[in-house]
Amino acid sequence: MSLKNRIGIVIGALLILTWCLLPVAWIISLSFKSQDAITTGSPGFLPAAGGGAGWQNYIDVLADDQFRRAIFNSIGISLIATLLSVALATLAAYAIARLEFKGKKFVLTTALVIAMFPVVSLVGPLFDMWRTLGIYDTWLGLIIPYMSFTLPLAIWTLSAFFREIPWEMEQAAQVDGATSWQAFRKVIVPLAAPGVFTAAILTFFFAWNDFVFGISLTSTEAARPIPAALSFFVGSDPFNRPASLLAAGAVVSTIPIIIIILLFQRKIVAGLTSGAVKG
Amino acid sequence: MSVSTAPAATKHRKEPVVLSDRARAENRLGMRLVAPAVVLMLIVTAFPMLRALYLSFTNYSMTAPDSSEFVGASNYVTALTDPLFWQVTGNTVFIMIVTVAVELVVGFAFAMVMHRVIFARGIIRTSILIPYGIITVVSGFAWQFAFSNNNGFVNAWLPFLDDSFNWFEQYGSAISAIMVSEIWKTTPFMSLLLLAGLATISEDMLEAAKVDGASWWQRLFRVILPNMRGAIMVAILFRALDAYRIFDNIFVMTAGAQGTESVSFLTYRQVIEQFQLGIGSALSVLLFLSVLVVAFLIVKIFRVDLGAARQES
Repeated sequence: MSLKNRIGIVIGALLILTWCLLPVAWIISLSFKSQDAITTGSPGFLPAAGGGAGWQNYIDVLADDQFRRAIFNSIGISLIATLLSVALATLAAYAIARLEFKGKKFVLTTALVIAMFPVVSLVGPLFDMWRTLGIYDTWLGLIIPYMSFTLPLAIWTLSAFFREIPWEMEQAAQVDGATSWQAFRKVIVPLAAPGVFTAAILTFFFAWNDFVFGISLTSTEAARPIPAALSFFVGSDPFNRPASLLAAGAVVSTIPIIIIILLFQRKIVAGLTSGAVKG
Repeated sequence: MSVSTAPAATKHRKEPVVLSDRARAENRLGMRLVAPAVVLMLIVTAFPMLRALYLSFTNYSMTAPDSSEFVGASNYVTALTDPLFWQVTGNTVFIMIVTVAVELVVGFAFAMVMHRVIFARGIIRTSILIPYGIITVVSGFAWQFAFSNNNGFVNAWLPFLDDSFNWFEQYGSAISAIMVSEIWKTTPFMSLLLLAGLATISEDMLEAAKVDGASWWQRLFRVILPNMRGAIMVAILFRALDAYRIFDNIFVMTAGAQGTESVSFLTYRQVIEQFQLGIGSALSVLLFLSVLVVAFLIVKIFRVDLGAARQES
């Protein structure tokens, strides 16, 4: 590679890093500004001298009952929806990758149509239905829509993974004397596990990020997830949104995502691209 | 490999009977395995959609549920003759076209860099997932505060702007701020899809073009882009449909002020804030239909072959 190309790539790489990290650095910086500084105006990128708040915003946010409750709701609802959704998607994707049956195309098409569905167009009827059924503003009332909207992604990603698994190895193991359960558990499960895990991460992201269901199908802190809670967070002065507190809340809600990304970067990239491109 | 041939031969002779039996069992098993997922997806989408279709022909209001009557197509007439509906639709289409176009160019540039970069690969791929993973509401707040004329840094960093310039006071700048947030968050997804497409292009082909004297631009337009058609089309389709549903950023950043509403936002406002399920359902149906139209147009215009692009049979 020529020197000119190499310099270009270094500059390009720096641009990518700036693009991705600048707003994150900004919201972190904002979360360390004092609320007084924010009220009077603090247009700098970093907290001005005397305008810093130390950890105070984080202490305040974590002491806030509504916020703590929202984090708890988000973690609980997203994890349950992810587990159930991936379990159902694994069954479906196994059938799609491995078996010949009528309606295979129907399943894949349904999943694709639902992936394109404008979520907002469903909240009206769901709002009404959930109130009739008594699951409005409950965990279950969010878990069901989260599951059904993450299933398409999970099914597509998993069936892409499963199609790459050499299923003949299962028979080979049986020929070598393993029972069919042993063959499945010792050969197929280890091969399928990384794909299932990747699908689970993507599903979790989706559920954690949801906003429309979160604000429409909840009314109290009983089930309100973190994105909805952040958007309704007004603080003590309703005319002045407490930007620095909100920023601290935003950072806290982002930490789980950052941890997952740091740990499983490779898997996520593989999952995103195999689901969407390789199919 | 070394399985004795005798059992295989007997098995082979029995095949027709065994196979049809097995095929039937397989068919049953397959249907059973997909049933839970399909049923759940239909409960939350098909059933509410049918109910929305029904409600859209009534004047059902959640504040007066007992006085609900059949009103024919009048909700649709109201929606389609209201200039607000068309203004909101135009706005949504505008956001979709601009964001997808910018994301395509920037995302492709990012993909090219990531494809060639040798050092710090892991760091770059990790950082590019951060915008993708962050909650849209959080990125909306981050950008809203960045553009704020009281607490943001954007005015101070842009030399041609007065520090007191209020981005959220007029349509043009407000919609730009919303689009910046949207583009920031979703470009990484676009670039990862394009990166996967780039990876399928053989180096030999590029080397051959180079030996034949093709310039960098010629290689880009004659070799790389045509061979990435599938990946590009799928990326456009996915992102365009996603952009057409834009809601979170608008809700957080302007709450629809200065004419920045999208179709999703208008629908939400009618249903959840005004409790007007009748007209709201009509808007829901129109929103769903317009997403179908957008999908259809993209597939036709760009001749996306989803099956081929996804290597489906």
